[in-house]
Amino acid sequence: MKRVFLTILVGASVWACSPKTSENKETTDSTATATVSAENIKVDGSSTVYPITEAVAEDFNVANPNVKVTIGVSGTGGGFKKFIRKEIDIADASRVIKASEDSACTSDSIEYIELPIAYDGLAVVINPQNTWVDYLTVEELKKLWEPAAQGKITHWNQIRASWPKEEIHLFGAGTQSGTFDYFTEAIVGKAKSSRGDYTASEDDNVLVQGISTDKLALGFFGLDYYESNKDKLKLVPIDDKKDENGKGAIAPSVETVKNSTYQPLSRPLFIYVNKKSAERAEIGSFVDFYLSNAEKLVSESGYVPLTPEIYTLVKARYANKTTGSAFLGKHSDVGVKIEEILK
Amino acid sequence: MKNLHETIIERFLLFCSLITIFTTLGIIGVLLFETISFFREVSIVEFLTDTEWTPLFSAKRFGVMPLFAGTFLTTIIALVVAIPLGLTISVYLSEYADKRFRSIVKPVLEVLAAVPTVVYGFFALVYVTPLLQKIIPDLAGFNALSPGIVMGIMILPLISSLSEDALYAVPKVLREGSFALGATKFQTARKVMLPAAFSGISVSIILAISRAIGETMIVAIAAGQQPRLTFNPLVPIETATTYIVQVSQGDVPHDSIEYKTIFSVGITLFVITLILNNISFWLKKRYHQAYR
Repeated sequence: MKRVFLTILVGASVWACSPKTSENKETTDSTATATVSAENIKVDGSSTVYPITEAVAEDFNVANPNVKVTIGVSGTGGGFKKFIRKEIDIADASRVIKASEDSACTSDSIEYIELPIAYDGLAVVINPQNTWVDYLTVEELKKLWEPAAQGKITHWNQIRASWPKEEIHLFGAGTQSGTFDYFTEAIVGKAKSSRGDYTASEDDNVLVQGISTDKLALGFFGLDYYESNKDKLKLVPIDDKKDENGKGAIAPSVETVKNSTYQPLSRPLFIYVNKKSAERAEIGSFVDFYLSNAEKLVSESGYVPLTPEIYTLVKARYANKTTGSAFLGKHSDVGVKIEEILK
Repeated sequence: MKNLHETIIERFLLFCSLITIFTTLGIIGVLLFETISFFREVSIVEFLTDTEWTPLFSAKRFGVMPLFAGTFLTTIIALVVAIPLGLTISVYLSEYADKRFRSIVKPVLEVLAAVPTVVYGFFALVYVTPLLQKIIPDLAGFNALSPGIVMGIMILPLISSLSEDALYAVPKVLREGSFALGATKFQTARKVMLPAAFSGISVSIILAISRAIGETMIVAIAAGQQPRLTFNPLVPIETATTYIVQVSQGDVPHDSIEYKTIFSVGITLFVITLILNNISFWLKKRYHQAYR
């Protein structure tokens, strides 16, 4: 709980400092354009990928203080729009490029290099004292979390009749987080569409604290947070009723995330690099740096890294400047086995 | 020369006192400004009568009642703890305890008021809640009961100390008159002293209520963050102050309707405590005149 207070403190100080930082940003931007704009790497896109790119950029800047990396958070779709307008060099994406975006690139004669960089996984967890939940189906999760459930689905036995007639206490990611967007999209079917009567916090420590001390609790957050609080929580296996991703209910683990059987709450994350930009030396070294340090920085940012073999394949893909999407049309993002696709 | 010196000091003192007034006016101004623009988008009727509070979600509902249900629930629990305990302590200290005991206990009690509230918050979360869970197994990790009790301990010195002052200020003749009529100590305390000090005691209780309603840290840490229209003290709730903390530390964009909600909640809190403070001010005035 110390960390809750810490985040409050940090939050307050960040809030207090924010006008100053934005000022700083502007000045660096203007000096960058005034001097050599070529030394500026522009990235935009998914807020989910942002922490990874941000961590990479920070470390990269230590080694290359002359290169300014500016990273925007317009969402994956917004990022691709800018990518197509050639406003940015790299697009952060929490999904595979869409066919429409791909054809827009082709018609504007933009070639891109598609690089998977990490997995994103969400865990649905309950209190260890909860003896009745053995697994949940996507259908049941939807019934529990969709907006129509607000104020109506309030007891465990409303989800499955055999479960006790006790109140259910819900905990989940705050509305401003990528986790919230992802969970609602994967479970309810529409991003940001959720019931509102649950403990919503951007601070995962609050959620862990709440669930670990409440027998009637159910919540969700990033898989890494479960990993670091294993002893206090119980994982719920999820059944998506699609046998092609593995039969029955599957619990998330680094293993099931990596082999894409834990669905729909895991997915690969990508960066898309404009091939023309990649010819610029600083972007070349930035992407090289990205791929070489991804494994370490991805887990530090709270995501599941790809296997070293896959990173080798990804690096080879970048070195060969292989353009176009290997993932497009392959089962959408569901059940993507990165290794097979890249080989 | 001396006159100039005096003038400078006087001006300086005036300036200092004006700072507090302008700060207050500034705060009210900001609250009002943001609240007015909030109520351009949300009807005040919905704000006061709707039973759900989900401004951060896509299906936005702006009923402030769940937040204030949380605030009042924790406040009531705190008062249930603090009023009987505080009054007993104050009666004991003023009527029964000898002078030396009183001179030790009173400052020690007031130390309780000096404990940072964040410490109380952790105390509620990591100590009181697990303890209560042994007695009430159904108690959730975040609940209104535990922070309510701890908040009661926090406002205890406010009630005991101010009430004791009020009892102490009752003219001696009343007490002695009561003894002369053959009343026991307890009869004197209950039938003479407490009624005589009534307005002073009420002031202390009202100040304690204001303090409890505005309390932020304890409930933010231990009561949960789920707006819920309930008077069940065993489940997670969210108070008005917690909501303000939650939104202001999150990533809600400024100038959005979500952001403006914190000002509308803030001004509601402000109005409630302002009313309470005015009642206490009015009571105090009466009390000062009572025995002159």
